[in-house]
Amino acid sequence: MESFFQKEDKQLVFKINEDIDEYCAQKIRRRLDNEIERYMPKEIIFDFSNVSFMDSAGIGLLIGRYKFARMLGGNVKVSNINTSIRKIFEMSGILRIIPETKEEYKNKKEVQYE
Amino acid sequence: MNNTYDNEMKIEFLSKSNNEAFARISVAAFIAQLDPTLEEIADIKTAVSEAVTNSIIHGYEEKTGIVKLNCKITKDEVFIEVSDSGKGIENVEIAKQPLFTTKANLERSGMGFTIMESFMDDVQVESVLGIGTKVTMKKKIKNNSQEEEKIAITTRREA
Repeated sequence: MESFFQKEDKQLVFKINEDIDEYCAQKIRRRLDNEIERYMPKEIIFDFSNVSFMDSAGIGLLIGRYKFARMLGGNVKVSNINTSIRKIFEMSGILRIIPETKEEYKNKKEVQYE
Repeated sequence: MNNTYDNEMKIEFLSKSNNEAFARISVAAFIAQLDPTLEEIADIKTAVSEAVTNSIIHGYEEKTGIVKLNCKITKDEVFIEVSDSGKGIENVEIAKQPLFTTKANLERSGMGFTIMESFMDDVQVESVLGIGTKVTMKKKIKNNSQEEEKIAITTRREA
């Protein structure tokens, strides 16, 4: 997983580079929360461009981060979801609280890797 | 019951969550001979992942046990059986309800059975407390090469 934080917009991007199942969720959950706590972002974007598979563990993972981010005053969005992942998003109704963004989250040159 | 399957495979593995990927990828590789669409493969992989995760997280909880996966195919159908000798489900009907979960603390979404039921044509759950759980799923695969042939023939005729 890669993550980058954009200071001016207080935007935190998580780019996950593996299948999201229970195994992956257990592995990355704490790291996600640590970074959310550290940067206190206004907006969190989960970039799915390198995720080819996700099951219901991904829904649980996103809802958990959504609750945590809301508590700290931030929002969560998802981007670049493929057809099969979209099916799971739509079935669960999660897009109503965690909307999809088509917007390119900043030019990478402006992004500060930390 | 249809006992004449064209092909069959069985695997058994320990109830470790890093085996979830192994299970769904094995099934995807095995059913490739039916020439399924990418969507059909994705649906089946997701359903297998849900069933196997249930056995690992709920059936065996923190204990280690064996998860059995059996996959059979006919010309155009896939039959998958995932079973464990774990603690069993108290009430299958309630467990199947969308958003029902006994492990909210682990951030389980309660969507497992809902996903299995909507991605597969048929899902049966047999469970006995203290003995284990068996999930049987079925899905019809449209024979793509035949479809493609038909399209090719029609296009040729039209041309």
